[in-house]
Amino acid sequence: MTEMIRATGLVKRYKEVEALAGLDITVPEGKVLALLGPNGAGKTTAVRVLTTLIKPDAGTAQVAGVDVLADPVGVRARIGLSGQYAAVDEHLTAYENLVMIGRLYHLGKGKAQERAHALLERFDLTEFAHRPSKTYSGGQRRRLDLAGALVAEPPVLVLDEPTTGLDVRSRQQMWDVIRELVAGGATLLLTTQYLEEADRLADNILVIDHGRGIAEGTADELKARTGGERIEVVLADAEDRDAATRVLAEVTVDGVRTSDNGRELTAAVSGGAADLLRVLQGFERETVTVVDVGLRRPTLDDVFLALTGHVAEESESSGGDSDTDETQKELIR
Amino acid sequence: MTATKQPLAHTISDGWVVAQRNVIKIKRVPDILVFVLISPIMFVLLFAYVFGGAIDVPGDIDYKEFLVPGIFAQTVVFGATFTGYGLADDMQKGIIDRFRSLPMSRSAVLVGRTTSDVVYNVISLVIMALTGLLVGWRIREGVVDALLGFVLLLVFAYAISWIMAYVGLLVPSVEVVNNASFIVIMPLTFVSNAFVPQESFSGPLQTFVEWNPVSTVTQACRELFGNTAPNVPVPDSWAMQNPVVYSLLWAAAIVAVFAPLSVRQYRLSTSK
Repeated sequence: MTEMIRATGLVKRYKEVEALAGLDITVPEGKVLALLGPNGAGKTTAVRVLTTLIKPDAGTAQVAGVDVLADPVGVRARIGLSGQYAAVDEHLTAYENLVMIGRLYHLGKGKAQERAHALLERFDLTEFAHRPSKTYSGGQRRRLDLAGALVAEPPVLVLDEPTTGLDVRSRQQMWDVIRELVAGGATLLLTTQYLEEADRLADNILVIDHGRGIAEGTADELKARTGGERIEVVLADAEDRDAATRVLAEVTVDGVRTSDNGRELTAAVSGGAADLLRVLQGFERETVTVVDVGLRRPTLDDVFLALTGHVAEESESSGGDSDTDETQKELIR
Repeated sequence: MTATKQPLAHTISDGWVVAQRNVIKIKRVPDILVFVLISPIMFVLLFAYVFGGAIDVPGDIDYKEFLVPGIFAQTVVFGATFTGYGLADDMQKGIIDRFRSLPMSRSAVLVGRTTSDVVYNVISLVIMALTGLLVGWRIREGVVDALLGFVLLLVFAYAISWIMAYVGLLVPSVEVVNNASFIVIMPLTFVSNAFVPQESFSGPLQTFVEWNPVSTVTQACRELFGNTAPNVPVPDSWAMQNPVVYSLLWAAAIVAVFAPLSVRQYRLSTSK
């Protein structure tokens, strides 16, 4: 199978901060790789190297068989980038934005207009096609931005946090659109802070922390390493502990853990909501009173905790708020 | 591996696409235009009716005739700030990332910006000419000469645009562009013959005035529009004797220096 993205040993330093510390990325043709990590892990920096926006200090990268350092223009002709800040001109309409992008890909005016119409239709933007994009909602802007990445039908798509900052409904819509693209055979690199997003969209997940990969695998493989989903119970009275433990023991796949104060119980499960229902029925039967009970799916934090022994750090000493901030500054300079 | 080449045709066509986009913006956000135009109009009124009475122009000519070509020169120099402002604005927005990720020509953003600002300068010259006519300025030479005068102003404006493009790429924000450009613009426009006759400057300042390209553009316009006093000799520096040629040489030199500098700066901020 051909590798559409292949990067080895990428290093990028910003003053004292090592945004990338020897990152390797491989994405086979037609597959989706999610770069999963907290703010500041180096996701955006990796994207910027692969899309030729910045040069790495060390390491090599090929996209669609073209070297990002030797032939950046060649790479740009083969990629579509959609960033976390919707990169559309807010004074231009959706139609004007897409035609402009098409012409800058050198599609020719006629073809650019044709593509613009097709994409507006596909992304449900026809209704506002001739209004300046600054009047759009966040979700509409993001869809327009994604449409921009598809204008030239590039073989490789790079989406940098495509749903960060979107509300639940817009996020769902974006997921649908992205899944359609994937079904159409696109090779996709996507960055995200959400395990759920990576789970839904990606074939493979690369977890990164401090600029290097710390684990790679399918969503199921990663979840298996984090202990998967679990039911958490907070008892009203510690005296119910034994009864509650008996109920939880019927459904758990890995034993019941109890907190030091005896009121918080955790049980790894595999049956999802059905298990939760059984537990609730059990509590009813045994007259166990709870303050809180819930099914918890593993989050990025759990993955991190399992893989690194520490929770995902939002910021560290100099890593600051994120690599995006760092690159923003870089961009302005 | 050989790098994909960018033919010159791409620079031109990409620059054209970016220029069209910028012109659409002038249409959509006309407030910026209004804002930038108000100051030259204020200058016309201020100098024509407030300071004008105190300024002595040698020879037999009305001060307003003397003033308006100078205001033209000042307007195009001030107008160039728009280039720096527009670029700095682009650089701060996500759209620049989009441009950088496209296989477009690297200089297209700059070529497009300086080109679209010609449109802006045409609009502002039309408005300034109308204001001039209102206060009593007249074109007294032929149409061809007058057109030449306006073309010279546009060429000079285009050159100054490249300086401001460089400033816009160097400084981090739109606000700073404004301040930084004033450092260049103020001495150039005020230590010139645009508002006061050069005879009123003393010693070394007068030499600066005589060789200041803003002065020679002003002088060229005065001659081409027929706004010179017949009985006053032209200052005898080569620059003032040959104002059109001298101004064009300046324009060419500015573009030759600042276009490559700007493109380099654009690439630098791109490839970090």
